[in-house]
Amino acid sequence: MGQFYYLDPYRSRASVVHRFDPRVKVTLALAFILTVALTPSGAWPVYLLLFALDLAAAILSELGVRYVLKRALIALPFALAALPVLFSVAGTPLLHLNLGQLSLTVTREGAARFASIVLKSWLSVQMAVVLVSSTPFPALLAALRALKIPRLLVAIVGLMWRYLFVLVDEALRLLRARESRSAHPPESLGRRVGGSLVWRARVAGGMVGNLFLRAFDRADRIYAAMLSRGYDGETRTLPLPPLHATEWGVLLAGLSALTLLAVGGLLFYH
Amino acid sequence: MLFSPVAMHIPDGFLSVGVSLVLWAVAIVVVGYALKRVNADVGERQVPLMGVLAACIFAGQMLNFSVTGGTSGHLMGAAIATILLGPWAAILVLTCVVGVQALIFQDGGLLVLGANIVNMGIIGVAVAYFAHRTLQKLLGKWSGGLFVSGFVSGWLSIFVAALACALQLAISGASPANIAIPAMAGIHTLIGFGEGLITAGALVFLKAARRDLVEAPQAQLADSKAVWIGGLVIAVALAIISPLASAHPDGLEWVAEERGFLDLAREPLYEIIPDYVLPGVSNEALATILAGVVGALIVFAAAAGVAYTRANRSRRSGI
Repeated sequence: MGQFYYLDPYRSRASVVHRFDPRVKVTLALAFILTVALTPSGAWPVYLLLFALDLAAAILSELGVRYVLKRALIALPFALAALPVLFSVAGTPLLHLNLGQLSLTVTREGAARFASIVLKSWLSVQMAVVLVSSTPFPALLAALRALKIPRLLVAIVGLMWRYLFVLVDEALRLLRARESRSAHPPESLGRRVGGSLVWRARVAGGMVGNLFLRAFDRADRIYAAMLSRGYDGETRTLPLPPLHATEWGVLLAGLSALTLLAVGGLLFYH
Repeated sequence: MLFSPVAMHIPDGFLSVGVSLVLWAVAIVVVGYALKRVNADVGERQVPLMGVLAACIFAGQMLNFSVTGGTSGHLMGAAIATILLGPWAAILVLTCVVGVQALIFQDGGLLVLGANIVNMGIIGVAVAYFAHRTLQKLLGKWSGGLFVSGFVSGWLSIFVAALACALQLAISGASPANIAIPAMAGIHTLIGFGEGLITAGALVFLKAARRDLVEAPQAQLADSKAVWIGGLVIAVALAIISPLASAHPDGLEWVAEERGFLDLAREPLYEIIPDYVLPGVSNEALATILAGVVGALIVFAAAAGVAYTRANRSRRSGI
């Protein structure tokens, strides 16, 4: 992940998906993820159709299929947590593994369950990637407000986003300061340098404390600046424009297609 | 990086819909109440203060220290936020952190966001609050008390949250309880160690630099009995349920005893569950798969067509 993890994922394009109303996009993306979650394990054709929808979104958003697929790999390490399912679900044996004392049997049902879990998370993440890469953050906030998330919470998240990159820069400066004060002579390669583990952890703790101090001070300054510009505790936002007929159409078509997929999956593969 | 605190952000697809929705309901109720409480406490300062501190926790998760062989300790931040801000504000701050991580950085899913908020925000905070308040009372004036209390709260918040996460995975059938619980508990015993040390280090630094920041909230928030009891109940309940669940995973998964993990490991079962048609075997299933392929191709063609005509149009109009 590294530092790039902390960059704004929005990619500016002029695609159909980018120009679409954020409320519709967020609703459809959430409905898609719910559909994926409702699809029973082993419903491969349904997965294929869902994957097609993912790819269609990736193509229409002009983000590039490769970009979306690559970014969607972020949830993959978590698949490790589902690995034991391979052996623990009862069913027809598929494969025997003999690891010394331990003899493990992979069952067909276990393999199906594992593949389903990993596929489901991958499919969901792809849609989320398309959503955030095609929607600027303020538009996402507007959509969240339209979906009746408390205004106060949306306002806090909005302010958090505005100062996130400032504080990430602070953290990077702290890291750079530590780095420039830590000697790494060539002969120490591969050996531990610096004090004991507890000492190093306390240094990191001091950095965290420092970051908190700076954040507290910054919050005070921001509050003062807001007050001097007439802030009275109320967050005011422009009213959202009503949805066009086409947007309603796409929303309803998308929702009914996803409902069909979910119902089909539940009926035929449960 | 595999087992940084990221190991606790559950992605979509791992929890069943039922579990996700129940935990969403819990998250909505608690966060809604926290919003009200914090609004009453800090009023209009709430938006800038909570926003910047959420950004601070998020950025603080970058600060690490090397442990050994390329692994490093990170901060999750539930304990330090609780100790500095009090439980309700901490729940709010962590909800924002976990929410933005899921929404923008795909660190954790959207349908399971409720579960992640409950684990890292609510459970982590309640347990940290319980540990910190109790230890502050017990250790009292002792000068090392803050260090010990910070360490224990940090460790406990991570450990109990990990147990909750493992239980949810087990209930959803994504991971058997007898493996998920010991594995998550083991890994997070170590991760919690890093969290505890960083939390304690930060508190000691802050006490030296700005005594008022560390001491003022203690007096002000000493009366959150409900959170203290909540933390106690969560910690005790998970401490009891987890070993039980990992000893009897079948009870959680509703898998019949004789088809359990241990029997399977000893000798394979040669029976196919009746009434179960494997997809890809019968012709009917093959037909469904073909239908899926055709459907997928149609969706593709439509998407590619729209994208292609758009690209052509913009090229012709000279954009």
